[in-house]
Amino acid sequence: MAADAAVKVSRKDFVSDQDVRWCPGCGDYSILANVQRVMPELGVPRENVVFVSGIGCSSRFPYYMNTYGFHTIHGRAPAFATGIKASNPDLSVWIVTGDGDGLSIGGNHLLHTIRRNVNTQILLFNNKIYGLTKGQYSPTSDIGTKTKSTPQGAIDHPIDPISFALGCGATFIARTIDVDAKHMQQVLKRAHEHKGTAFVEILQNCPVFNDGIWDELQDRKTRAQSSLVLEHGEPLVFGPPGEKKGIAFSSGIPSVIDLADDDDPVAKGVVVHDEQAPAASYAGVLATLQRPDFPLPVGVLRAVEKPTYEDDLQAQVDSAIAERGKGDLKALLHSGDTWQI
Amino acid sequence: MPATDSAPHKNSEQLESVAIRFAGDSGDGMQLTGTKFTDETALAGNDLSTFPDFPAEIRAPAGTMAGVSGFQIHFSSRDIHTPADRPDVLIAFNPAALRANVDDVRPGGTVIINIDSFNEKALKRAGYEGDPLPDLRERYNLVEIPFTTLNREALQGLDLSSRDIDRCKNFFALGVLCWLYGRPMDATERWLAGKFKDQVLEGNIRTLRAGYAFGETTELFPTSFIVPSAKIESGTYRNITGNQALAWGLVAAGVQMDREVFLGAYPITPASDVLHEVARFRHFGVKTFQAEDEIAAVSSTIGAAFAGNLAVTVSSGPGFILKQEALGLAVMTELPLVAINVQRAGPSTGSPTKTEQGDLLAALYGRHSQSPLPIIAASTPGDCFHTALEAFRIAVKYMTPVVILSDGYIANSAEPWLIPDVDSLERTEIQFANPIDIGEFLPYSRDPETGARPWAIPGTPGLEHRIGGLTKADGSGNVSYEADNHGKMIQLRKDKIEGIAADLPPVEVDGPDSGELLVVGWGGTKGSITAACERAREQGMSVSQIHLRHLNPFPSNLGEVLGRFSKVLLPELSDGHLAMLLRSKYLVDVQMLNKIEGQPFKISELMDAITELYNR
Repeated sequence: MAADAAVKVSRKDFVSDQDVRWCPGCGDYSILANVQRVMPELGVPRENVVFVSGIGCSSRFPYYMNTYGFHTIHGRAPAFATGIKASNPDLSVWIVTGDGDGLSIGGNHLLHTIRRNVNTQILLFNNKIYGLTKGQYSPTSDIGTKTKSTPQGAIDHPIDPISFALGCGATFIARTIDVDAKHMQQVLKRAHEHKGTAFVEILQNCPVFNDGIWDELQDRKTRAQSSLVLEHGEPLVFGPPGEKKGIAFSSGIPSVIDLADDDDPVAKGVVVHDEQAPAASYAGVLATLQRPDFPLPVGVLRAVEKPTYEDDLQAQVDSAIAERGKGDLKALLHSGDTWQI
Repeated sequence: MPATDSAPHKNSEQLESVAIRFAGDSGDGMQLTGTKFTDETALAGNDLSTFPDFPAEIRAPAGTMAGVSGFQIHFSSRDIHTPADRPDVLIAFNPAALRANVDDVRPGGTVIINIDSFNEKALKRAGYEGDPLPDLRERYNLVEIPFTTLNREALQGLDLSSRDIDRCKNFFALGVLCWLYGRPMDATERWLAGKFKDQVLEGNIRTLRAGYAFGETTELFPTSFIVPSAKIESGTYRNITGNQALAWGLVAAGVQMDREVFLGAYPITPASDVLHEVARFRHFGVKTFQAEDEIAAVSSTIGAAFAGNLAVTVSSGPGFILKQEALGLAVMTELPLVAINVQRAGPSTGSPTKTEQGDLLAALYGRHSQSPLPIIAASTPGDCFHTALEAFRIAVKYMTPVVILSDGYIANSAEPWLIPDVDSLERTEIQFANPIDIGEFLPYSRDPETGARPWAIPGTPGLEHRIGGLTKADGSGNVSYEADNHGKMIQLRKDKIEGIAADLPPVEVDGPDSGELLVVGWGGTKGSITAACERAREQGMSVSQIHLRHLNPFPSNLGEVLGRFSKVLLPELSDGHLAMLLRSKYLVDVQMLNKIEGQPFKISELMDAITELYNR
């Protein structure tokens, strides 16, 4: 079915008949609503969309999408998605995972799917906690996080999902916030447009086990101060009028500089965002911008082109057929040395 | 090459069967030498069976017992089933190879040694205290050939390093054996020409021919031997190993079902060769995916099945166990795929290159909760081809994951294989769910006959649906926590798998239909058990045999067949997995013969057990 088949689809076409069963106030509701809202604008026929998830609160996501969906096993969604995409590259495959599912038990698969550049969208909901198992600390939990399994506080150093993705050689890396509908929709569209693995960290609140962890980024009053909204070709400036600031680099070390409202930030030494910077080191510096010393970057940190796994795989099949002709079973069975009796 | 059809300079003697074992360091090329001799033997029209036996270490320290690699070939003018208990001829390239193998040689057999490598240091490395040769001369027909020296002489003048020259000496030995048993060398020379070029090619061919000429002229061999071609079923034959046959069977399934094949795998001994072999066939539309681990291998495979491919994953024991959770999901989501376990000796890493049948219960019960799936065991190298086809047929017809059990022995062994007529191979039409046929789409509705649910693949408009590991409501497939529904779904899946029995051929008895003793086997022990039963009958015992291919469900008539015999003997290369199942299901007093040594059964071991039980 062609994308322009003029069948007008709307958000509700992507809403399944299943009751959504997340806790009241969960950030997942907002993410689900925004994904359903973006879907009709992507031009992909509903039947060509597949949502794949692992285990955890976020991984119930496919049940609520009126598309094809596969709720798999803990941590392995990227591997399932790789099989789906390799088998049928025409499908639009979305992986929904969380900080526990994706970065703990599934870290290996996340790594390899990203490095292979399988053309999928990976949405990693990061609430820095295990929700479905009732509140243990996760690989992104801060040092000292007190939970039932860490009564004296977590002692393992957290992993930053963006740095992880970058280290895996991700061709597209973005970050957005559960409650910022407009921003999330832009990021989701960009992620879909990207050819290759699009890794999106979504900061998501767990009102039951880790409430308020992203408060300063979610609250409109503090968001301008605490987040750095990335726009390709635009300087790295943040803060409300009267309190404008910018990010400058000196020998690759970032620092915050104060700006007057009428300053030309670039003339003052503020770095201009280049999501296509060939060297990953630029996005690497952005990834080090963490609260409270820096604003947290949101938006597209990196978007570069590389061949995708499934395209290269299909190309090998096509070239093998072109070179050797379509496989002939009889010829295969009789190839090499045979004898008659 | 030497004219093999010219008047022989020496007399020749006719033999019915010969078993030869090549043994040397892992780096001496024993597997290659054995394989080439096998190919030549196959072309000579003998029935044959081989047994490669090599260490897990790629190159253990040279000259040590740990590094000895062996390859045994049994060839005959009659129908044979095993690589033979004891070799008639041993070719030992060094003292360690001699020490590791010589006691297996038939008393009075021939032992050919590379005398160049028998120095004091090498003997010590092999653990010999004194000179073993005087004793060997008494026990065997000892033939001392300076392979290293002769090879160097043959390759004088070539622009090759002395190391490269020495690496050719296995082909000198191959040439000697080709003369000794009248094997044509064309196939080996053709293979060399495709593999090497220039001086290396010249060196190998020159030494191969020199070895042949040496055999003809040396006084060490007064006669050559003739093993006439075997009278086996007519047709076109080729040589095939179990892993190769499995790989070809997977490719054939794609052709016969007109669907693309997806193989997700992670390298593991002794299953990797299936991945290597299938990877060569991209022009059949086959996609292979070397995953980051065993779990990703099976997960990608399930994803590919969901997307509509003929999906298969291949592994061995430790890797198969890692796949169990995902296979449970495949059971729950009722997707068609094939999971192959080329069993090896365990537990844990165990002995990766050695064989065992220790994973039957794991395949049957190794997943949590009630998680039934069909299990099929391949019994010979060539049978692996048909097993792959059958596994896919069942998977697709019943919408279920299917496990194939192979083992390290049949995986690496070779036998002459009657090439099947492609036109006679079964074709299976795959029926994907089609929105036109369906009102309200119910992903967990069932075919009344097979119990299969529809295979509705992404990309099909109107059939959008969600599947997953949570308990499914009957029909709709929606998540359900209803107690009654849970039990019902468990039962439906159980009934579906058990119902496959109606689709299986009844088990057939080889030998008398009823009587004193029935020998039951499964999987790769078929050759040894068949040979032993034949021998027992030749000796006048009334011994019957059945060999099970379908281990879950069992063929419908199995219980009735077992009941027709006074005694049942079940040899297994495990501590009795199938015996336990037969005892509990059919209440038959199965006598077990268990061997867990990483090695296949010897015919003599089976004969002893048969004779003892028969006369009890």
